[in-house]
Amino acid sequence: MSTGTTKLDVVVSDVVPVNDLVTRFHFRRRDGELLPTFSGGAHVVVEMRDGDRTRLNPYSLMGSPLDTREYTISVRRDDVGRGGSLFMHRQVKPGLEMVISYPVNLFSLDLRAKKHLMLAGGIGITPFMAQTSQLAGAGGNFELHYTCRTASLGTYADVLQQRYGNRVKLYHDDRDERIDLDRLLSSQPLGTHLYVCGPAGMINWVRDRAAALGWPSETVHFEHFAAPQPGAPFDVTLAVSGKTIGVGSQQSLLEAIEAAGVDPPYLCRGGVCGQCETNVISYDGKFIHSDHWLSEEDHRSGCKIMPCVSRFEGKSLVLER
Amino acid sequence: MGITFRKETFRDDYTFRNSPDHIRRFPFPFNEDSYMYAVNIEPHVVGPKGSVLENLIDVDEHYVAEMQDRALVLAEDPLRCQSLPHMTLAGWDLLELLMEQQALGYPEHFTLERNGDRWRWINRPLGINDTFTFGDTSTLPYGPMEYITRQSQGDFCILDQRDGNLWMDAGMVTTQADWSLDFDIGMNFFEWHAPVPLAHEKGIFTRALKFLTNIQQGKPARRLNWTMTINPRLDTSPENYHKWGPDRATVTPENVGDKVHLRVELQSFWRLPRSNGIVFPIRCYLIKMDELVTQPKWARRLHRVIRDLPEELATYKGLTRYRPTLVEWLSKLDDGSPTSPGFGPD
Repeated sequence: MSTGTTKLDVVVSDVVPVNDLVTRFHFRRRDGELLPTFSGGAHVVVEMRDGDRTRLNPYSLMGSPLDTREYTISVRRDDVGRGGSLFMHRQVKPGLEMVISYPVNLFSLDLRAKKHLMLAGGIGITPFMAQTSQLAGAGGNFELHYTCRTASLGTYADVLQQRYGNRVKLYHDDRDERIDLDRLLSSQPLGTHLYVCGPAGMINWVRDRAAALGWPSETVHFEHFAAPQPGAPFDVTLAVSGKTIGVGSQQSLLEAIEAAGVDPPYLCRGGVCGQCETNVISYDGKFIHSDHWLSEEDHRSGCKIMPCVSRFEGKSLVLER
Repeated sequence: MGITFRKETFRDDYTFRNSPDHIRRFPFPFNEDSYMYAVNIEPHVVGPKGSVLENLIDVDEHYVAEMQDRALVLAEDPLRCQSLPHMTLAGWDLLELLMEQQALGYPEHFTLERNGDRWRWINRPLGINDTFTFGDTSTLPYGPMEYITRQSQGDFCILDQRDGNLWMDAGMVTTQADWSLDFDIGMNFFEWHAPVPLAHEKGIFTRALKFLTNIQQGKPARRLNWTMTINPRLDTSPENYHKWGPDRATVTPENVGDKVHLRVELQSFWRLPRSNGIVFPIRCYLIKMDELVTQPKWARRLHRVIRDLPEELATYKGLTRYRPTLVEWLSKLDDGSPTSPGFGPD
């Protein structure tokens, strides 16, 4: 049974440039009903119909879970990516009808926490927008540390400081402001849970320091959707469906499989949820694994691949699809 | 029209009965003449009219009597309903789900009016008409989970999802097949399933957990489970074992039809939107052998299933003591002819 999500038919109700890199998109249901309730940290997968090509990218919901008249996402423009963010920035206008998935939460708050300590880097701020709204509404105890390149690229920093005052601390790279991580992690009350969302380097740094300072792994939560990276085109044989397909340089392996009419289950399309895990039957070449789901051992074994984010270079690849 | 609710008991004089149309809608759990565990999970979607799947949350003729029995159990033992402190939000999620589903399926019996966070709930069978503020526990006579599960058939376990596992952190459990919420509270999925024989070796729980942690909002799933109970007793809990355990020694060839009941659990699994938890309603259906064998296909098939059940399963389900008597009684209704495919009666 496929574990994909139910779809929602929505219309773009507003498009708001936030700064040089980030634009916010508002969605409402086409039938005028309320959208499904969600929990802070949830994402939706947005379907982008770009000519004959469909991209499906995950974005965190950043509005308040208490208000389901509309969903909002913020998209950072990536000029060298595969084009999803450029499509959103250039072609999505108010009134456009789009399809998004039901919300899925792979970055949930641990509601047992006595305190929620949140660390955001760049566009990684978006899930915390919803989580702080949820916690503030329920009188929750949280503290947010937010690193951005410059003040003008500090997406929503002003909104957050206005809402939560000194519960929000800002760090600007261009002013050489650095979070004193060891001190921060060493001075938290028992029962604190740590959440981090941002670039991979930041997540790894925070996880490593937390582990070194004795934080139990179940109190450290992180979300990093890997965006599928472009790369050299390659061919794949899908053994179960008996098809041989080409994967374009700007296309992910999962997108190519879907374009061939085969639909593996998926939830995050970012190498996190594990749904599209696929067995490798044979290969001659090298894998470029980019997921956070498979173990290093799995990566070395050459027996499995996450087609949402990982690629292949070489002579032949046969998958059990 | 609406449902005619029966006046009946699940203890003492045991006046519980199924009406003829409730016999035909009984969720008979065997689709073939033998039984073994499987991960028999399917999407919980609306089924045929007149079946227990006509609505995703089923209300039937036993509703009022079951709620009265639950109140009696809770009065004697308040620990049948527990919610750890971090589960209140999930309790509100469950309250919303059950009010919405019951009002949707049975508008003649239940009405939900929502005006922002000001909600009005009318439950006509139980004579309840309350206005409260959604999210504000002080506006209800009980916590949100207890409030709504005192008005909903079936047991409810609310599972917190974290660390790639599910944790039994809240529940209302008064109609259980010999397990205890008070014992299991706070346990994870593997811990509370530890006593189940054979299934661990088959890797069933690892696969089931993977499936359950991926249950999505708007896409509930379900499975059936079954056991047998002597007398139509809903509360077969370990806490009250002394009250019902000895009943298993009272089965005779003369009273099998009246005393032995097939007990089927319709278990469903729903993602809760605000808390990101999972609720696991366990809805119990009882049918006595005399009622069940009015459907000849079920009589033949149940005979074959019980006769051939692996010993470990018979022991786990507590059938050992009366199995020979039951099989002998059922064998007289099995002429050896084939049974048609599927669950339903012919």
